[in-house]
Amino acid sequence: MDVLVDNLDLYLSAFGQTILLFLVAAVGSLVLGTVLAALRVSPVPILRSFGSAYVTVFRNTPLTLVLFFFAFAYPRLELVDLSFFARASVGLILYTAAFVCEVVRSGINTVPVGQAEASRALGFGFGQTLTQVVLPQAVRSVVPPLTSVQIALLKNTTIASGFSVFQAGGIYAVLSEQGDNVFIGLLWVSLGFLILVAPLTLLQRRLENRWSVAR
Amino acid sequence: MTTAGTPMIRMAAVDKHFGDLHVLRDINLDVESGQVVVVLGPSGSGKSTLCRTINRLEPIDSGTIQVDGTDLPAEGKALAGLRADVGMVFQSFNLFAHKTILENVTLGPIKVRKDSKADAEKNGLALLERVGIANQKDKYPAQLSGGQQQRAAIARALAMKPKVMLFDEPTSALDPEMVNEVLDVMTTLAKEGMTMLVVTHEMGFARRAAHRVVFMSDGEIVEDAKPEEFFSNPTSDRAKDFLGKILSH
Repeated sequence: MDVLVDNLDLYLSAFGQTILLFLVAAVGSLVLGTVLAALRVSPVPILRSFGSAYVTVFRNTPLTLVLFFFAFAYPRLELVDLSFFARASVGLILYTAAFVCEVVRSGINTVPVGQAEASRALGFGFGQTLTQVVLPQAVRSVVPPLTSVQIALLKNTTIASGFSVFQAGGIYAVLSEQGDNVFIGLLWVSLGFLILVAPLTLLQRRLENRWSVAR
Repeated sequence: MTTAGTPMIRMAAVDKHFGDLHVLRDINLDVESGQVVVVLGPSGSGKSTLCRTINRLEPIDSGTIQVDGTDLPAEGKALAGLRADVGMVFQSFNLFAHKTILENVTLGPIKVRKDSKADAEKNGLALLERVGIANQKDKYPAQLSGGQQQRAAIARALAMKPKVMLFDEPTSALDPEMVNEVLDVMTTLAKEGMTMLVVTHEMGFARRAAHRVVFMSDGEIVEDAKPEEFFSNPTSDRAKDFLGKILSH
């Protein structure tokens, strides 16, 4: 308990950063992943190829590599100067979006073809068919795996400590420097993550219940 | 711009293949405004495909299809605009599963016709009233019986104020006791002067409501006659054979 109480500020600011990083990357990856899924089912071959190439690259690259790229290689490209936090967010978004894309796409595949046909027959274009009819039903059917992807993202934020974004995954380093008991300190960190995941699980259950009437 | 003499639907020399299968062979068919045409034929004869080519849910290989004097455009905005004027009712209803019945009926008018929500709901409720399911308006499709769902689907198509209605086997997925409630709605619609092309196995409906019966077999239109002529005096062997099979018991 001493480890936690003595370093409460450390824990709070670290988990604050974790939460912030997670929220930014969660929203970003859900948006980008959904757009990618839309590309992968679009009638335009080039867009489809781009979507599948993107997934192939980012799903098959270890996250540490993606983040190291943004930490060390990106500044050498001398493009836009971004903070460590921004670069960590971009890396997490790009990586996680590939997984979101595949989950959403599998959701799209569960929507019967007749739904899209009825929508087209009413005069909806491709975009409206997707946003009004197909995606809402697709997302409803993939709430559990989508939650899993987001939980994985939450835990993946710890890798960002590899390059100077101080968050929960970096607490142990400070503790060990101070000579505190790192083992106990890490137990508190894992408890922290359990507490952070709980609302996600709760949200998943809520959404599943609310949307269960739909079909 | 409906000018006298322009048919609502015109199909000329239409051909279509599914791989090796020649599903539509040199189809020539005109449907005049206000006419009710019933398409009959054994399964696999291409009648559903014919119905689905008219709003280009199935593209064709060659030939021309016109709706109200306009050639079917290629996929895109113009085609969407044309589809909005052509109502379609499917065998499997295809109501939007995540929307209530009222939302199903108002979604098209709001998003495609840009009607106000209030207007769309007023008109939608009137249509649900007309097909007899206004009291179900807040339920989801899965909570309704098949007959109710199909009537909602008809209301959804009518909400777009279409020039012509296509029915692709509207009663084939229904339990027998629910067939009539759907046919009643369709018969009323026919009497009100709606232009309709109906693919069905309901001979009673064909006799009662159709102006013309088109009989298809193996992708061809084999007969095109008034219902009483077709049922009492089919000229082709294939039609005689078909009628013999379905009317003998």
